[in-house]
Amino acid sequence: MENVQNETLLQINNISVVYSDVIQVLKGVSLKVPRGRIVSLLGSNGAGKTTTLKAISGLLKPENGKVTDGGIIYDGRNIQNQSTEEITRLGIIQVLEGRQPFKYLTVEENLKVGTATRWTKPYKKDLELVYHYFPSLTKRRKTLAGYCSGGELQMVVMGRALMAHPKLLLLDEPSLGLAPLVVKEIFRIIKLINEEQGTTIVLVEQNANMALQIATWAYVMENGKIVMEGEAETLKQNPDVKEFYLGVGAGGATRSYRDVKSYKRRKRWL
Amino acid sequence: MEFFFQLLINGLSIGLLYGLSALGFVMIFKSSSVLNFAHGQLLAIGAFFFLVLVSWLELPIFVAFLITLAGSFVLGFAVERIFLRPLIGESLIFVIMLTVGLASMFKGLLLFFFGGNLQTYPEFLPQSMAIQLGSIYIPPVYVASSLMGGIFLLLFGLFFKYSPQGIFMRSVADNQTAAMSLGVHVKKVFALSWAIAALVASMSGIVLGIINGINVHEISSIGLKVFPVVILGGLDSIGGAIIGGIIIGLLETFTSGYISPSLRDVIPYIVLVVILLIKPYGLFGLAEIERV
Repeated sequence: MENVQNETLLQINNISVVYSDVIQVLKGVSLKVPRGRIVSLLGSNGAGKTTTLKAISGLLKPENGKVTDGGIIYDGRNIQNQSTEEITRLGIIQVLEGRQPFKYLTVEENLKVGTATRWTKPYKKDLELVYHYFPSLTKRRKTLAGYCSGGELQMVVMGRALMAHPKLLLLDEPSLGLAPLVVKEIFRIIKLINEEQGTTIVLVEQNANMALQIATWAYVMENGKIVMEGEAETLKQNPDVKEFYLGVGAGGATRSYRDVKSYKRRKRWL
Repeated sequence: MEFFFQLLINGLSIGLLYGLSALGFVMIFKSSSVLNFAHGQLLAIGAFFFLVLVSWLELPIFVAFLITLAGSFVLGFAVERIFLRPLIGESLIFVIMLTVGLASMFKGLLLFFFGGNLQTYPEFLPQSMAIQLGSIYIPPVYVASSLMGGIFLLLFGLFFKYSPQGIFMRSVADNQTAAMSLGVHVKKVFALSWAIAALVASMSGIVLGIINGINVHEISSIGLKVFPVVILGGLDSIGGAIIGGIIIGLLETFTSGYISPSLRDVIPYIVLVVILLIKPYGLFGLAEIERV
């Protein structure tokens, strides 16, 4: 792990994001994503994780959001406030929170939409690759995505993103609302894609336990700021992370919420 | 019985035409949620453009037809680019009001250039296109309109099902944010749907012009029939638009044949009201897929 910081694919320098010119969501977020690694972004609801991803992928614009300060440097070029059409063609693909399949398209058509950035080129091999990673989709290829299960849908939207040959994959809560076993399978495949395809991944998660298992580096966000960062292994041992995200008390035993002293319950990182 | 079949065939061929015209309307609605009130004027523009090429410039029919198609495709593109794109991100009601404005503008321009009189194309469909089935006679124009409606509906069906651009267009209609996240060029999709809408509208306009003659008011009001057609079929269903078109076409011809010709133009709107009362999503509208 010595060369973790050696080559940075994505660097965010102190960005602020404002929605509708008045609502400030991010207040000076900085982070680094080394090439070929999985970096995880943890934090509670409303901490600004999704906004950070959208700032990278350009999806802030349609929501009337803007990066007002700081810079986002991807592969040596400034990409803040560019359109999604340009950013996706640089190889950054975001997998949205809550899956968002094309419900009235079949599974295979969903995957074909993933070729939008390179639709003039053949895609047969890519389809095979997706079915190789997600074999359970093979028998669903002609089914309307709206009728697939949650786990299958997560595979569809991840497969769809893979079809674009992403260099940087932004995954927003892939574990959301899935059964523990399915979550395990999804995370196994994320790790596999990272290792075999060399895809750099930014993983936003609530499930800190799973995320810290496959990530090499992690950031913790709260109230639009990064409050903690470190190697995944180190963060796992951190008593605050343990208590707030892993549900394990300081002594290693699980504690009931009632036992946590009130000043601790209100504890904020800053 | 003979009369019945005659009406049936007329109704079917008119219905296919309505379906084709409604297809354009549904495409715009599906991809960008915009109700295009200028649809009837797009039909009229196509009809008059063809008239200019055929009667005034005396171009061969086939060439004139192709130029009209290409011209209306470009017109649809331009309308999106000039009038609608600046409004992307604004409230939908502004965009819809804009199409109402466009409708008046187009109508005014057409009246300015061509006047309000009825004009006709020269006879150009060969009599040999007519079909005699026993005692039923199908005039050439109905054969032509059925052929055109059928072929183009099939072509567009294949386009949406199999071509990459068709799939991208459906993906934008389905979930715009997700389509954007994958790099689908949403603005291009909007432009393309306007271009295709204008193209199919002008095709319907030409055939309606052959059947009824060309008059600005007349053709524009026929264009308004897309509303009963698409409400009947479901606003967001392309297959529904076609079937809705056929049903309205049949209803019209049967009403004028068996009850009274003056009721012909009223019946679609009666159907519209009834359908809205009992099945507001239309016969084939997409019921939201609910996963439980």
